Amino acid sequence: MDIRFKRKLINYFALSMSMIAVAFGLFWLFWILLSVFKLGLGGLNLDLFTKMTPPPGSEGGLLNAIVGSFIHVGLATLIGTPFGVLAGVYLAEYGRYTWLGRSTLFINDILLSAPSIVIGLFVYAVFVARVGHFSALAGIFALALLVIPVVIRTTENMLVLVPNNLREAVYALGTPKWKVITKVTLRASVAGIMTGILLAVARVSGETAPLLFTSLSNQFWTLDLNKPMATLPVTIFKFAMSPFEDWQRMAWAGVFLITLGVLSLNILARVFFRQKHKN
Amino acid sequence: MLNDTQTAEAMTPQITVRDFNFYYGKYHALKNINLDVYRTKVTAFIGPSGCGKSTLLRTMNRMYDLYPDQRAEGTLLLDKTNILDKGIDINYLRSRVGMVFQKPTPFPMSIYDNIAFGVKLQEKLSRAEMDERVEWALKKAALWGEVKDTLNQSGMSLSGGQQQRLCIARAIAVKPEVLLLDEPTSALDPISTMRIEELVTELKDEFTIVIVTHNMQQAARMSDYTAYMYLGELIEFGVTDQIFIKPQKKQTEDYITGRFG
Amino acid sequence: MVNSAKRSAGLGDMIFLNLTRLSAVLTLVMLLGIIVALIYGAMPSLQKFGFSFLASREWNPPMDEFGAVVPIYGTLVTSLIALIIAVPVSFGIAIFLTELSPLWLRRPLGIAIELLAGIPSIVYGMWGLLIFAPLFGQYIQPFLSNTLGHIPLLGRLFQGPPMGIGLLSAGVILSIMIIPFIASVMRDVFEVTPGILKESAYAVGATTWEVVWKVVLPYTRAGVIGGIMLGLGRALGETMAVTFVIGNSAQLDTSSLYAAGNSIASALANEFSEAASPTHTAALIELGLILFLITFIVLVFSKLLLLKLNKQQGKES
Repeated sequence: MDIRFKRKLINYFALSMSMIAVAFGLFWLFWILLSVFKLGLGGLNLDLFTKMTPPPGSEGGLLNAIVGSFIHVGLATLIGTPFGVLAGVYLAEYGRYTWLGRSTLFINDILLSAPSIVIGLFVYAVFVARVGHFSALAGIFALALLVIPVVIRTTENMLVLVPNNLREAVYALGTPKWKVITKVTLRASVAGIMTGILLAVARVSGETAPLLFTSLSNQFWTLDLNKPMATLPVTIFKFAMSPFEDWQRMAWAGVFLITLGVLSLNILARVFFRQKHKN
Repeated sequence: MLNDTQTAEAMTPQITVRDFNFYYGKYHALKNINLDVYRTKVTAFIGPSGCGKSTLLRTMNRMYDLYPDQRAEGTLLLDKTNILDKGIDINYLRSRVGMVFQKPTPFPMSIYDNIAFGVKLQEKLSRAEMDERVEWALKKAALWGEVKDTLNQSGMSLSGGQQQRLCIARAIAVKPEVLLLDEPTSALDPISTMRIEELVTELKDEFTIVIVTHNMQQAARMSDYTAYMYLGELIEFGVTDQIFIKPQKKQTEDYITGRFG
Repeated sequence: MVNSAKRSAGLGDMIFLNLTRLSAVLTLVMLLGIIVALIYGAMPSLQKFGFSFLASREWNPPMDEFGAVVPIYGTLVTSLIALIIAVPVSFGIAIFLTELSPLWLRRPLGIAIELLAGIPSIVYGMWGLLIFAPLFGQYIQPFLSNTLGHIPLLGRLFQGPPMGIGLLSAGVILSIMIIPFIASVMRDVFEVTPGILKESAYAVGATTWEVVWKVVLPYTRAGVIGGIMLGLGRALGETMAVTFVIGNSAQLDTSSLYAAGNSIASALANEFSEAASPTHTAALIELGLILFLITFIVLVFSKLLLLKLNKQQGKES
């Protein structure tokens, strides 16, 4: 065969495959989103937001699970963020060339790639097993451990992007280092760090695995952090695996809420980041 | 303008540009260009930044095809075929019209494979024939002596000037008829620049060369014909000596004597 | 006055430095804590079974006999299936996004892919169980049995009753989940390939495919491998997407991919909070330790590879 013709043929074939790959990827995305929206909207009603999770076979809602999720994610972010930002500052501003800095950076990568269920196992071993019972506090602790590495990574990345001549200009005025960092470099990268925090929130909002044996779940309303507490993902897991149709319908509604929440957070983070960076 | 080209006597142009216009989206970048590129001569495009000289060069191998918002109108003949036609085989066109860029661009592979890359696309050669071709191209590019023992090393291991000669070797290994050089020395030191210039003067016996340059001395030293462009228009085109010694247009004279630009 | 202000600046510096350093040390402590806690928790199982834990297929809670072969096999096989599907698809998507797509389509497509990456894994799992698996069992699995099932040796993987759930389904769901991760990394690294390098490949007459395959891919191999490793790490440790569809069976005595199985993560998710005996709990924690080690090895491997590639390139340039 003519070599030029053959090359063209290969080219067309490869490029067609690439388009098929895109169609393949989009096909799943649309199918999944469509199912979630169709079945989720079908299961949506006011009861979901006003009633507690029901015992098998009876009517109910997801109120306690929704509130539980907010408590978990909110507190985990509040605990995890300061540690993450501070450690990120150390890595970018102090430890860039030290032994501690370099190894922390590597360890942070390990923690980022560690399966979330292993984090749950860890919290179980050091907390739940010691105290002797499952509790919301343990779940919050587990989620905070997932927030920290994400925040460290973004903080470090964003601070490194701050141009050195800006730092030098502030030092030149005789400013002490901690003020340079808190007043200038952190402030210059606040948009990026906020984006990272939002993405971390989005990530832990959907986390199920680390809560399975920390917060467990609770059929009833509670605000006591020392007791097991329901969360949306764990409730969905329980309901979806059950044979009851009512429960499965509620699980779809729950999945719809979570998907909506997580996707909005993702979009919010993007918009936020872009706007700040335009200025 | 045509008076000057008459000195070229019976020579037929290899590339003929007629009523040529070029657009970046809505921006009209080249306006009504008419010019001839003669066989086995060096033609230089000069002019201030943004005048369209690189744009014109990049239409000669349809590089603009890569960018969906760029488009060309008019006639651009390579010998007898209008290369702006939709139906032409672009890969084949590019094997006839080689190009070297502003910065050296060795591919991420060995020196040998860099040279063989383009050849393999067009021809099926035996190992021995390929070895021969690689050696031929490297010799033409005056690089053979420096790299003949390190052909398996990465092309990126060479110095900047060597890399650029590697790129020239890569371009001529395909045996094109025309060689487009887009400011080939702008990223190089003076000594490497000199070697490239010498090389180009030797290559013009076999190839038709079109070169874009910022450097007027370079154009004066190397080229047979010069085109001076300004803001998308071809101001003056003719035999290099005349353009530099006795330009017809005031604008050209101002640019060449450094009063402007 | 001046003096005390200066001293307080020094004090502020010291406090701030130590505060940040403490937070950094905390991550170190966290990692050590995870390893120590898991080893400690797994101790009863480690002592009772020793290395035979890694070689035994027995997983029998009532008899307190535990071996890790089935969950480890399930973890590796589902991840492998996921990679086999996801890598070429992601590569195709990345080529489309960087080389073929019209400009107006690039941004929306890129965002769609990133959103796909943001969807929580429980959504994939639940969708997989309730929507995907029934259809998969009804149409795709019989089709595969009738086609691939006839190939000698390889065919054995595609035989058996088509139940919809099982190792193969888990692998497929995992692949859908990791496609966006791998595709977006590949796109990012393809995008940083200098335009002039691509142009010079086009300039010798290469086709788009030849430019991507022979120039862009070699130029970006480090990043591409990094992206694949990232996807592999995700797949190995993924819990929810797998737990729903893998079938959760601790017994496995067929080479068929249609069979129900177990992965480490799914075994933990299903059994841990209900484990009755201390040995059962310890065995599960040991599984967790193994999973942590596997993902750790994947990470180290990819880092070493990147380091080596960078060094090579450093030497070359």
